[in-house]
Amino acid sequence: MTTEPAVNVPNTSSPARDTAELPAQRVTQVSNLTVSFATSERTVVAVNNLSFHVDRGETLAIVGESGSGKSVTSLSLMRLVEHGGGKITQGSLMLRRNSGQILDLAKADGHTLRGIRGADIAMIFQEPMTSLNPVFTIGDQISESIRLHQGKDRTAALAEALRMLELVRIPEARQVLQRHPHQLSGGMRQRAMIAMALACRPALLIADEPTTALDVTIQAQILQLIRTLQEEMHMGVMFITHDMGVVAEVADRVLVMYRGEKVEEGETGAIFHAPQHRYTQALLSAVPKLGTMQGHDYPAKFPLLQMDSDTRGQALEPQKTVKEEAGPVLRVKDLITRFPVRSGLFGKVTKQVHAVEKVSFDLYPGETLALVGESGCGKSTTGRSLLRLVETQSGTIEFAGQRIDTLAGPALQRLRRDIQFIFQDPFASLDPRVTVGFSIMEPLLVHKMATGKEAQERVDWLLEKVGLPPEFAQRYPHEFSGGQRQRIAIARALASNPKVVIADESVSALDVSIQAQIVNLLLDLQKEFGLAFLFISHDMAVVERVSHRVAVMYLGQIVEIGPRRAIFENPQHPYTKKLMDAVPVADPNRRNRHRPLLSDEIPSPVRALGDEPLLAPLQEVGPGHFVARHAVSGAF
Amino acid sequence: MLNYVLKRLLGLIPTLLIVAVLVFLFVHLLPGDPARLAAGPEADEATVQLVRQDLGLDKPMHEQFVTYFSNALRGEFGKSLRTKRPVSEEISVRFLPTLYLTLASMGWSVLFGMGIGIVSAVWRNRWPDRLGMTLAVSGISFPAFALGMLFMQVFSVQLGWLPSIGADSWKHYILPSLTLGAAVAAVMARFTRASFVEIMQEDFVRTARAKGVSEPVVVLKHCLRNAMIPVVTMMGLQFGFLLGGSIVVEVVFNWPGMGRLLVDAVDMRDYPIIQTEVLLFSLEFILINLVVDILYAVINPTIHYK
Repeated sequence: MTTEPAVNVPNTSSPARDTAELPAQRVTQVSNLTVSFATSERTVVAVNNLSFHVDRGETLAIVGESGSGKSVTSLSLMRLVEHGGGKITQGSLMLRRNSGQILDLAKADGHTLRGIRGADIAMIFQEPMTSLNPVFTIGDQISESIRLHQGKDRTAALAEALRMLELVRIPEARQVLQRHPHQLSGGMRQRAMIAMALACRPALLIADEPTTALDVTIQAQILQLIRTLQEEMHMGVMFITHDMGVVAEVADRVLVMYRGEKVEEGETGAIFHAPQHRYTQALLSAVPKLGTMQGHDYPAKFPLLQMDSDTRGQALEPQKTVKEEAGPVLRVKDLITRFPVRSGLFGKVTKQVHAVEKVSFDLYPGETLALVGESGCGKSTTGRSLLRLVETQSGTIEFAGQRIDTLAGPALQRLRRDIQFIFQDPFASLDPRVTVGFSIMEPLLVHKMATGKEAQERVDWLLEKVGLPPEFAQRYPHEFSGGQRQRIAIARALASNPKVVIADESVSALDVSIQAQIVNLLLDLQKEFGLAFLFISHDMAVVERVSHRVAVMYLGQIVEIGPRRAIFENPQHPYTKKLMDAVPVADPNRRNRHRPLLSDEIPSPVRALGDEPLLAPLQEVGPGHFVARHAVSGAF
Repeated sequence: MLNYVLKRLLGLIPTLLIVAVLVFLFVHLLPGDPARLAAGPEADEATVQLVRQDLGLDKPMHEQFVTYFSNALRGEFGKSLRTKRPVSEEISVRFLPTLYLTLASMGWSVLFGMGIGIVSAVWRNRWPDRLGMTLAVSGISFPAFALGMLFMQVFSVQLGWLPSIGADSWKHYILPSLTLGAAVAAVMARFTRASFVEIMQEDFVRTARAKGVSEPVVVLKHCLRNAMIPVVTMMGLQFGFLLGGSIVVEVVFNWPGMGRLLVDAVDMRDYPIIQTEVLLFSLEFILINLVVDILYAVINPTIHYK
């Protein structure tokens, strides 16, 4: 905290002078903001000379990749950046408070700032899972800010909290008031966060990646909710995101940041259709847009635009890699995986999580089959069941014509050589204590495929294949960026010469430009080695680009499976349609501003023992295109 | 919750059985003859033999075990070999002073340990942190008997503020419980600091600040209860340390508790006393940990014991 006195303490400055400083509609005006972080070795300038403004009722989107300084900007506006070690070295942060008073946040003292936080500026954060305090009830947490800023007593504050929960369309709000965060789903927690942020009707709402951690259908609901409440309360919204689809959906104006600086600012339409700066152009070229693969049968690489070179990326070049004549490399039939839920004195199984229900599919060499669906639909469990990382109840899995679901011991070990995994989180999936070279070499040593110099050579070769210099083998994971780590994880997966690679949300944690590069790398490797990919993802736009066939999962079942083109251009199942509809399209002309405000949840796959789910058989509706005809399609 | 407590209480039985067997074996393997010690140094061989018969020590080991065990099941722990008074009577007068001493030490160490830990975490890498952690390291590395004698020298002998030995008033509790709690307080301080530092970087702390909550409330309301969760587990385990430490401290301060009784009993090879006391210590430890686990569920709503 700085110890400078506030420039404008209440009642000391005349309102006439205040209004003269900002145009009437303006909520906040940031000028020449510079924020730096001092470490023992050096000083990093995270935000450099940034200026922007937000008006009432307007949404400004700040976009950029990780490290571009967009979150630091929002934390500076709250003056919370000091808690993370940052320092505002220059600039002014003018804010018009609800009371009409105008002051410079950069010079305000601690007491004034506490009065502003939560009352005049409120913030919602990315991770609804961790942003709520786990030991207090939702009601306590919402009413805390009401009691703080409005001086209400506990009962009155709780009543107001209830009203806020109803405002954000939480069903059974009265019960939710008494619940703890862990008892709510991600979407409900984010609603509670919004209720908390808006409890004192702030003039400015800062939303820092509020939907990044949510499923698409839930994301669509939350975006619509923020928009509706913005109209009702007439507040300014600063929307920080890396997702251009979300930007196109919500923003009035866009500010593009790159390495702490503003590179471009303008109306949303102008930014999307006529980007001026090279970085904006490169960013937009990397964004997967739903519908760009229309009319194409095969996957194609992203035509990437490089920041520093003038070469336009290659145009769409479909990749035909499937070898159907060889027969399926992986054949799954009626796979069922359930997890017991125990309760009572003797731990009797009373309920079961129906994670995977009678899932059947084939995977051919050189083919990418995408498993899509929302959290809890069983797509990850399906992937794990294949490698026997979780026990399955029934069903058969054949690999290269041989049953593998009954394997044990050394035979199972050999199987794990042929089927490899790439995980979602490149930070958590590499051992931080060993060099990446060793991580890549380990599968070779474990499976006794190579030792000594031979193994070392293979590591170098693999690193080259994933686009990294061989000398990186000597380094440790913390020295790499997220994208580089994911390349290393891919190199490790390829080390044992697998036939099938299961990529579980492998690109979802990456920035768009990195994501596009990794997708291109996967496509290159598939072309070169004839790999079969089981691509597990929730991101429909990426799936559209990489896959030959798509299987849509819902509550553990495949509800629709078929060629990618058929699924995307002619979806049959109501759930597939809903999923497609919820995906934000990175095109402001196609935004759908007035959807109905929904608050339904993804249903739970937990069922009582003996309560078997209804399985609709798959019916063929086109060549290779199957869909489950559920009798109660309205339920989706 | 009730189910869980019942389950844990049932789980007590095998633990206590194992402890009983181990203690019995251990005690009888100790060198030294209790009959000889009880009869006195001048007694002749015949007298010692008589005493041995009287104490039931002439029977084979397994018979002694069966007798000991069936008596224990009926709640009979026999008579002290030394004083001839029932063990239960002997222990019951000693039990409370020791329990109070350990609880008082626990109170001190929680108060000081958490206090120092929180201050160190909030002013991390600044002078309060350095001071606190230096104290904590000293607390761990300074042996209890030496600390006890130092305290006695300064506060009883030199300053004359506090009594040195006995357990008659609350003043008597101050020095022994501080001595006993010092090491535990040090461990708690380090543990609390680590836990707090981690919690203070959590997203929900940022949320609380973004709500306009003042810094003391952020620390004491939003962080403390979360940081307590691992610390409480630690508390249960540290209680075992206090029970063990009480033996040394009671000897230093001539405390009329179970620790000193145990030392005397070992000196005289007073088997029934030793066996019963060790059983009681482990029972106490297990029960305290059960209480701690229940406390854990109270402060952490995400835990549901089944």
